[in-house]
Amino acid sequence: MQLDWIWGLIGGMLIGTGGAVFLLVNGRIMGASGIIGTLIDGSAGRSSGEKLSFLGGVILLPLLLTLIPALRTVDTHISQMPLVLVAAGLLVGLGTRLANGCTSGHGVCGMSRLSVRGFAATACYILAGVASVAVFRHLLEVI
Amino acid sequence: MARLVFAFLAGGLFGAGLFLSGMTDTAKVQGFLDVFGAWDPTLAFVMGGAMIPMALAWLYARGRRHSVLGSPLPAAPERRIDRGLVLGSVMFGTGWGLAGLCPGPAIAALSYGGPMLWIFVAAMLTGMALAPMLRTRLDKIVAAE
Repeated sequence: MQLDWIWGLIGGMLIGTGGAVFLLVNGRIMGASGIIGTLIDGSAGRSSGEKLSFLGGVILLPLLLTLIPALRTVDTHISQMPLVLVAAGLLVGLGTRLANGCTSGHGVCGMSRLSVRGFAATACYILAGVASVAVFRHLLEVI
Repeated sequence: MARLVFAFLAGGLFGAGLFLSGMTDTAKVQGFLDVFGAWDPTLAFVMGGAMIPMALAWLYARGRRHSVLGSPLPAAPERRIDRGLVLGSVMFGTGWGLAGLCPGPAIAALSYGGPMLWIFVAAMLTGMALAPMLRTRLDKIVAAE
Protein backbone atom coordinates (compact mmCIF):
# COMPACT_ATOMS: atom_id res chain seq x y z
CA MET A 1 0.00 0.00 0.00
CA GLN A 2 1.25 3.47 -0.87
CA LEU A 3 0.25 4.98 2.47
CA ASP A 4 2.48 2.58 4.39
CA TRP A 5 5.17 5.13 5.12
CA ILE A 6 2.60 7.52 6.65
CA TRP A 7 1.35 4.71 8.92
CA GLY A 8 4.99 3.99 9.71
CA LEU A 9 5.60 7.60 10.70
CA ILE A 10 2.40 7.83 12.81
CA GLY A 11 3.09 4.49 14.50
CA GLY A 12 6.72 5.45 15.04
CA MET A 13 5.72 8.68 16.78
CA LEU A 14 3.39 6.73 19.07
CA ILE A 15 6.28 4.37 19.91
CA GLY A 16 8.54 7.33 20.66
CA THR A 17 5.84 8.99 22.78
CA GLY A 18 5.55 5.77 24.80
CA GLY A 19 9.31 5.83 25.30
CA ALA A 20 9.18 9.51 26.33
CA VAL A 21 6.46 8.82 28.93
CA PHE A 22 8.37 5.83 30.34
CA LEU A 23 11.55 7.91 30.60
CA LEU A 24 10.20 11.19 31.94
CA VAL A 25 7.46 9.82 34.20
CA ASN A 26 8.83 6.45 35.33
CA GLY A 27 12.51 7.25 34.87
CA ARG A 28 13.09 4.10 32.83
CA ILE A 29 14.46 3.29 29.40
CA MET A 30 11.85 1.62 27.21
CA GLY A 31 13.68 -1.47 26.00
CA ALA A 32 11.43 -4.43 25.21
CA SER A 33 14.12 -7.10 25.61
CA GLY A 34 15.31 -5.68 28.93
CA ILE A 35 11.78 -5.43 30.30
CA ILE A 36 10.88 -9.00 29.28
CA GLY A 37 14.34 -10.45 30.01
CA THR A 38 14.69 -9.14 33.56
CA LEU A 39 11.25 -10.54 34.37
CA ILE A 40 12.31 -13.92 32.94
CA ASP A 41 15.72 -14.22 34.65
CA GLY A 42 14.41 -12.86 37.94
CA SER A 43 16.54 -9.71 38.05
CA ALA A 44 13.60 -7.28 37.74
CA GLY A 45 13.13 -7.15 41.53
CA ARG A 46 11.08 -4.18 42.68
CA SER A 47 10.48 -2.99 39.12
CA SER A 48 8.50 -6.16 38.31
CA GLY A 49 5.08 -4.56 38.80
CA GLU A 50 5.88 -1.63 36.56
CA LYS A 51 7.29 -3.91 33.87
CA LEU A 52 4.31 -6.27 33.95
CA SER A 53 1.99 -3.28 33.72
CA PHE A 54 3.95 -2.01 30.70
CA LEU A 55 3.66 -5.41 28.98
CA GLY A 56 -0.08 -5.43 29.75
CA GLY A 57 -0.42 -2.24 27.71
CA VAL A 58 1.73 -3.67 24.90
CA ILE A 59 -0.58 -6.69 24.61
CA LEU A 60 -3.95 -5.01 25.24
CA LEU A 61 -3.82 -2.01 22.90
CA PRO A 62 -3.13 -4.00 19.71
CA LEU A 63 -5.90 -6.41 20.75
CA LEU A 64 -8.34 -3.49 21.00
CA LEU A 65 -7.15 -2.10 17.66
CA THR A 66 -7.73 -5.42 15.89
CA LEU A 67 -11.42 -5.01 16.78
CA ILE A 68 -11.62 -2.05 14.39
CA PRO A 69 -12.11 -3.77 11.03
CA ALA A 70 -9.95 -2.79 8.08
CA LEU A 71 -7.71 -0.50 10.19
CA ARG A 72 -4.54 -2.50 9.63
CA THR A 73 -3.81 -6.05 8.60
CA VAL A 74 -3.89 -8.52 11.46
CA ASP A 75 -2.01 -11.03 9.31
CA THR A 76 1.51 -11.36 10.72
CA HIS A 77 2.64 -13.34 7.62
CA ILE A 78 4.66 -15.40 10.06
CA SER A 79 6.66 -18.43 8.88
CA GLN A 80 4.79 -21.74 9.02
CA MET A 81 7.96 -23.70 9.81
CA PRO A 82 8.27 -24.37 13.57
CA LEU A 83 11.98 -25.15 13.28
CA VAL A 84 12.72 -21.76 11.71
CA LEU A 85 10.69 -20.04 14.45
CA VAL A 86 12.42 -21.92 17.26
CA ALA A 87 15.88 -21.11 15.87
CA ALA A 88 14.92 -17.46 15.29
CA GLY A 89 13.32 -17.11 18.74
CA LEU A 90 16.36 -18.56 20.52
CA LEU A 91 18.71 -16.24 18.60
CA VAL A 92 16.55 -13.18 19.34
CA GLY A 93 16.21 -14.07 23.04
CA LEU A 94 19.88 -14.89 23.61
CA GLY A 95 21.22 -12.12 21.39
CA THR A 96 19.17 -9.23 22.76
CA ARG A 97 20.03 -10.13 26.37
CA LEU A 98 23.71 -10.61 25.60
CA ALA A 99 23.77 -7.22 23.84
CA ASN A 100 21.61 -5.65 26.57
CA GLY A 101 19.08 -4.30 24.10
CA CYS A 102 17.12 -4.62 20.90
CA THR A 103 15.39 -2.37 18.37
CA SER A 104 13.61 -0.35 21.07
CA GLY A 105 16.38 -0.04 23.68
CA HIS A 106 19.47 0.35 21.49
CA GLY A 107 17.61 1.63 18.42
CA VAL A 108 14.89 4.05 19.50
CA CYS A 109 16.12 4.99 22.99
CA GLY A 110 19.88 4.66 22.43
CA MET A 111 20.36 6.38 19.11
CA SER A 112 18.05 9.28 20.08
CA ARG A 113 20.48 10.13 22.93
CA LEU A 114 23.43 9.68 20.55
CA SER A 115 24.69 6.63 22.45
CA VAL A 116 27.74 5.06 20.79
CA ARG A 117 26.61 1.60 21.92
CA GLY A 118 23.15 2.24 20.48
CA PHE A 119 24.58 3.06 17.06
CA ALA A 120 27.04 0.14 17.17
CA ALA A 121 24.35 -2.37 18.16
CA THR A 122 21.91 -1.06 15.55
CA ALA A 123 24.54 -1.28 12.81
CA CYS A 124 25.30 -4.89 13.86
CA TYR A 125 21.73 -6.15 13.99
CA ILE A 126 20.65 -4.44 10.77
CA LEU A 127 23.68 -5.76 8.87
CA ALA A 128 23.15 -9.25 10.34
CA GLY A 129 19.45 -9.02 9.47
CA VAL A 130 20.21 -8.05 5.88
CA ALA A 131 22.71 -10.91 5.62
CA SER A 132 20.23 -13.32 7.22
CA VAL A 133 17.44 -12.49 4.74
CA ALA A 134 19.91 -12.61 1.83
CA VAL A 135 21.16 -16.07 2.84
CA PHE A 136 17.93 -17.71 4.02
CA ARG A 137 15.63 -16.17 1.38
CA HIS A 138 17.74 -15.79 -1.73
CA LEU A 139 20.51 -18.35 -1.30
CA LEU A 140 18.92 -21.21 0.63
CA GLU A 141 15.29 -20.24 -0.14
CA VAL A 142 13.97 -21.45 3.23
CA ILE A 143 12.04 -18.28 4.16
CA MET B 1 -0.13 3.15 41.75
CA ALA B 2 0.74 6.10 39.48
CA ARG B 3 3.84 4.21 38.35
CA LEU B 4 1.72 1.26 37.24
CA VAL B 5 -0.77 3.48 35.41
CA PHE B 6 1.91 5.38 33.49
CA ALA B 7 3.82 2.17 32.73
CA PHE B 8 0.60 0.76 31.27
CA LEU B 9 0.07 3.96 29.26
CA ALA B 10 3.64 3.85 27.91
CA GLY B 11 3.21 0.17 27.00
CA GLY B 12 -0.12 0.93 25.34
CA LEU B 13 1.42 3.67 23.19
CA PHE B 14 4.30 1.33 22.30
CA GLY B 15 1.96 -1.54 21.38
CA ALA B 16 -0.45 0.66 19.42
CA GLY B 17 2.47 2.20 17.55
CA LEU B 18 3.94 -1.19 16.68
CA PHE B 19 0.58 -2.40 15.42
CA LEU B 20 -0.36 0.72 13.41
CA SER B 21 3.10 1.11 11.88
CA GLY B 22 2.93 -2.41 10.44
CA MET B 23 5.89 -3.68 12.47
CA THR B 24 3.90 -6.67 13.74
CA ASP B 25 3.74 -7.79 10.09
CA THR B 26 6.83 -9.95 9.58
CA ALA B 27 6.63 -9.41 5.80
CA LYS B 28 7.24 -5.66 6.25
CA VAL B 29 10.21 -6.19 8.58
CA GLN B 30 11.80 -8.79 6.32
CA GLY B 31 10.98 -6.46 3.40
CA PHE B 32 13.13 -3.74 5.02
CA LEU B 33 16.01 -6.18 5.48
CA ASP B 34 15.62 -7.55 1.94
CA VAL B 35 17.86 -5.06 0.16
CA PHE B 36 18.52 -7.61 -2.59
CA GLY B 37 14.79 -8.12 -3.26
CA ALA B 38 11.69 -5.91 -3.11
CA TRP B 39 12.95 -3.39 -0.53
CA ASP B 40 10.31 -1.90 1.80
CA PRO B 41 11.44 1.35 3.48
CA THR B 42 8.60 1.50 6.07
CA LEU B 43 10.80 0.49 9.04
CA ALA B 44 13.05 3.50 8.45
CA PHE B 45 10.01 5.80 8.80
CA VAL B 46 8.99 4.01 12.00
CA MET B 47 12.49 4.40 13.47
CA GLY B 48 12.69 8.04 12.34
CA GLY B 49 9.23 8.83 13.70
CA ALA B 50 10.02 7.21 17.05
CA MET B 51 13.31 9.09 17.45
CA ILE B 52 11.62 12.53 17.26
CA PRO B 53 9.64 12.42 20.56
CA MET B 54 12.37 10.31 22.14
CA ALA B 55 15.14 12.81 21.31
CA LEU B 56 12.97 15.63 22.72
CA ALA B 57 12.49 13.60 25.90
CA TRP B 58 16.26 13.14 26.29
CA LEU B 59 16.77 16.90 25.76
CA TYR B 60 14.19 17.61 28.46
CA ALA B 61 15.82 15.07 30.79
CA ARG B 62 19.21 16.73 30.40
CA GLY B 63 20.17 18.60 33.55
CA ARG B 64 17.34 16.96 35.49
CA ARG B 65 18.02 14.26 38.03
CA HIS B 66 14.60 12.86 38.78
CA SER B 67 11.60 11.74 36.78
CA VAL B 68 8.15 13.21 37.34
CA LEU B 69 7.42 10.46 39.87
CA GLY B 70 10.69 11.05 41.68
CA SER B 71 12.83 8.11 40.59
CA PRO B 72 16.36 8.84 39.36
CA LEU B 73 16.74 9.31 35.59
CA PRO B 74 19.09 6.90 33.77
CA ALA B 75 22.80 7.63 34.02
CA ALA B 76 24.85 8.67 30.99
CA PRO B 77 25.19 5.74 28.57
CA GLU B 78 28.20 3.45 28.68
CA ARG B 79 30.57 4.00 25.78
CA ARG B 80 32.44 0.69 25.73
CA ILE B 81 31.70 -1.47 22.67
CA ASP B 82 32.39 -4.94 24.05
CA ARG B 83 32.19 -8.47 22.69
CA GLY B 84 28.73 -9.09 24.19
CA LEU B 85 27.27 -6.08 22.40
CA VAL B 86 28.62 -7.08 19.00
CA LEU B 87 28.10 -10.86 19.27
CA GLY B 88 24.66 -10.43 20.84
CA SER B 89 23.52 -7.93 18.22
CA VAL B 90 24.73 -10.17 15.38
CA MET B 91 22.83 -13.13 16.88
CA PHE B 92 19.74 -10.97 17.35
CA GLY B 93 19.91 -9.62 13.79
CA THR B 94 20.22 -13.14 12.36
CA GLY B 95 17.08 -14.29 14.20
CA TRP B 96 15.31 -11.01 13.37
CA GLY B 97 15.88 -11.62 9.67
CA LEU B 98 14.87 -15.28 9.91
CA ALA B 99 11.47 -14.63 11.49
CA GLY B 100 10.88 -10.91 10.91
CA LEU B 101 10.20 -10.41 14.62
CA CYS B 102 11.97 -8.60 17.43
CA PRO B 103 10.89 -8.72 21.10
CA GLY B 104 8.45 -5.74 21.11
CA PRO B 105 6.32 -6.71 18.09
CA ALA B 106 6.34 -10.39 19.14
CA ILE B 107 4.65 -9.42 22.42
CA ALA B 108 2.37 -6.85 20.72
CA ALA B 109 1.00 -9.56 18.39
CA LEU B 110 0.53 -12.10 21.19
CA SER B 111 -3.27 -11.75 21.32
CA TYR B 112 -3.92 -12.42 17.64
CA GLY B 113 -0.71 -13.98 16.28
CA GLY B 114 -1.76 -17.61 16.70
CA PRO B 115 0.24 -20.78 17.49
CA MET B 116 3.20 -20.03 15.18
CA LEU B 117 3.80 -16.72 16.93
CA TRP B 118 3.53 -18.40 20.32
CA ILE B 119 6.20 -20.90 19.25
CA PHE B 120 8.50 -17.97 18.45
CA VAL B 121 7.74 -16.24 21.77
CA ALA B 122 8.30 -19.46 23.75
CA ALA B 123 11.71 -19.91 22.07
CA MET B 124 12.55 -16.23 22.66
CA LEU B 125 11.72 -16.48 26.38
CA THR B 126 13.83 -19.65 26.60
CA GLY B 127 16.72 -17.81 24.98
CA MET B 128 16.33 -14.95 27.45
CA ALA B 129 16.33 -17.39 30.36
CA LEU B 130 19.53 -19.03 29.06
CA ALA B 131 21.30 -15.73 28.36
CA PRO B 132 22.88 -15.25 31.82
CA MET B 133 24.59 -18.65 31.39
CA LEU B 134 25.95 -17.71 27.97
CA ARG B 135 27.19 -14.41 29.38
CA THR B 136 29.08 -16.18 32.19
CA ARG B 137 30.73 -18.51 29.69
CA LEU B 138 31.70 -15.62 27.46
CA ASP B 139 33.20 -13.77 30.44
CA LYS B 140 35.28 -16.86 31.28
CA ILE B 141 36.63 -17.06 27.73
CA VAL B 142 37.52 -13.36 27.82
CA ALA B 143 39.16 -13.75 31.25
CA ALA B 144 41.21 -16.73 30.05
CA GLU B 145 42.77 -14.69 27.23
